Amino acid sequence: MEVLAEGKGELLGWHDPDENRQWVREHKSRALVDKRMTVQEAVQRFVRDGDYVAIGGFGHVRIPMAVLYEVIRQGKRNLAIAGKTAVHDIDILIGGGCVSKVECAYAFGHELRGLSPAGRRAVESGRVKVVAEISNAGYQWRFLAAAMGLPFIPARNLAGTDTFEKSSAKLVRDPWSGKPIVLIPAAYPDVAFFHVPRCDKYGNAQIDGILVEDFELSRAARRVIISTEEVVDEEVIRANPRHTAIPYYVVDAVVEVPFGAHPTQMPYLYYFDEEHIREWLHLSTTDEGVQEYMDRYVFGVQDFEEYLERVGGIRKMNRLRRIEQYRAPMV
Amino acid sequence: MAQRGSYSESELLACVAARLLEDGRSVFVGTGLPMIASMLAQRTHAPNLLIIFEAGGVGPQVPVLPISVGDSRTFHRAVMASSMHDVMSACQAGYIDYGFLGAAAIDPYGNLNTTVFGDWEQPKVRLPGSGGANDIGSFCWRLIYIMRNQSPRTFMARLPFVTTPGYLSGPGAREAAGLPSGGGPYRVITQLGVLGFDDETKRMKLLAVHPGVTPEQVQEATGFPLLMADEIQETAPPTEEERRILREIDPTGMVIPR
Repeated sequence: MEVLAEGKGELLGWHDPDENRQWVREHKSRALVDKRMTVQEAVQRFVRDGDYVAIGGFGHVRIPMAVLYEVIRQGKRNLAIAGKTAVHDIDILIGGGCVSKVECAYAFGHELRGLSPAGRRAVESGRVKVVAEISNAGYQWRFLAAAMGLPFIPARNLAGTDTFEKSSAKLVRDPWSGKPIVLIPAAYPDVAFFHVPRCDKYGNAQIDGILVEDFELSRAARRVIISTEEVVDEEVIRANPRHTAIPYYVVDAVVEVPFGAHPTQMPYLYYFDEEHIREWLHLSTTDEGVQEYMDRYVFGVQDFEEYLERVGGIRKMNRLRRIEQYRAPMV
Repeated sequence: MAQRGSYSESELLACVAARLLEDGRSVFVGTGLPMIASMLAQRTHAPNLLIIFEAGGVGPQVPVLPISVGDSRTFHRAVMASSMHDVMSACQAGYIDYGFLGAAAIDPYGNLNTTVFGDWEQPKVRLPGSGGANDIGSFCWRLIYIMRNQSPRTFMARLPFVTTPGYLSGPGAREAAGLPSGGGPYRVITQLGVLGFDDETKRMKLLAVHPGVTPEQVQEATGFPLLMADEIQETAPPTEEERRILREIDPTGMVIPR
């Protein structure tokens, strides 16, 4: 195949498909075993310094915050983050000093709330390097290729732009149409984290509402940590198998954390905690403020339950639930 | 120019954008004003407008302005809660008529920058990057941009970084690069007026000005020479009904300040 152009971005997380098949053969258990553990144990066992990490959900929707806080608490360093629709998730990890590289589809922004002070400061000061650019569809197709066990997937975006120039994709001539087409390389994150409404002890995880790219990412990642609002009986899963988005054999750890996505939104269950996110966006305008936030909400609490008490407890959680379920106004 | 008598600039932009969307068509929607405009169109002249969000919301009847394009509001009363792969594939396959985007800067061919100002390796200002914009710009048939800060600094002869493709370097350039044929920029809505793109040169052309704005003012706010339509229209101000609906859509004034 004729290669017409090559992006110059760093290629993160690519493996030869046969190498990855072998890795899967040796490391991913097909047995139904109980994978429940604490968030401390899950992060200790499955997250290493320097890992290439991806986070499920949509940046500030269905984000496994309890896992991210634990990554910060355990002082993980030099992570390369998949900036796929990254919003509050990457911002808090950058603030926690865990990140050295980002491949960027979307990062350093908070959608309607504006730009992320912590993320921008880190990149503009050189503490965090953007090593490649891509688009949201492009990133998601990197995971799709990996989930399919393929080295790459063809796509018709990116071409002709600087986003392509700084990506890890290549432009080739399609042997059928004769037109130029982009090949997007597979991405196998070392570890991915997801938050779901329900999961059994083996890791069969169900998602309510949109999947975003969790279907593809969960199958692409080598290690998967699931945090769940509730660990349910296996029968609940088997009664409604069409709802299962992530099957147990790709999952390594199951952590039960009610309200584990706070302050991000958990569809049907609780709304964004805008008050808390505003506090973060305000404090994170300075490095001292970031430290203050971390001391108050990450290092200064024993566990996620104490964190929930500190951010407003059951009263706050009930209010966020009513807003999410259209039973109370947003303000 | 924030306040024009009885209506605000945000209200005007939302209404102008909404009126471009035809009933029975599909629109791929981003954060902020695009969401508002699509919701307004659906509640006025285009009840059968198919709204699609990149995270997987398909055909929702959005009750109030979502904070995120992945927010549960984006699949409220939807026909399908799907995935990014599914909706981006539909977009690549040709199902989506309009793509709605904003940007930090634009050039004469409607290429967009949302990535960086200054050097990419050592940025002066780092912006969020493509998000879904490159995909929307590559795949949707007609691109509508909302740029509320038209000035020579944002309407640039040459961009420091092309995040999202418009017509790239001119006629035929999209197809030569490998992008799907037949798509591209359609309208640019700014605080001053509405611009389109010349059929032959694919360069930006002034089509209409907002009430009280002259074509000269629009040119002065542009960092490159604009083509001018033979007859430059004046946009109609928001109606009372449109303004009422906008308050309903954005009750907390997140995008349309009170």
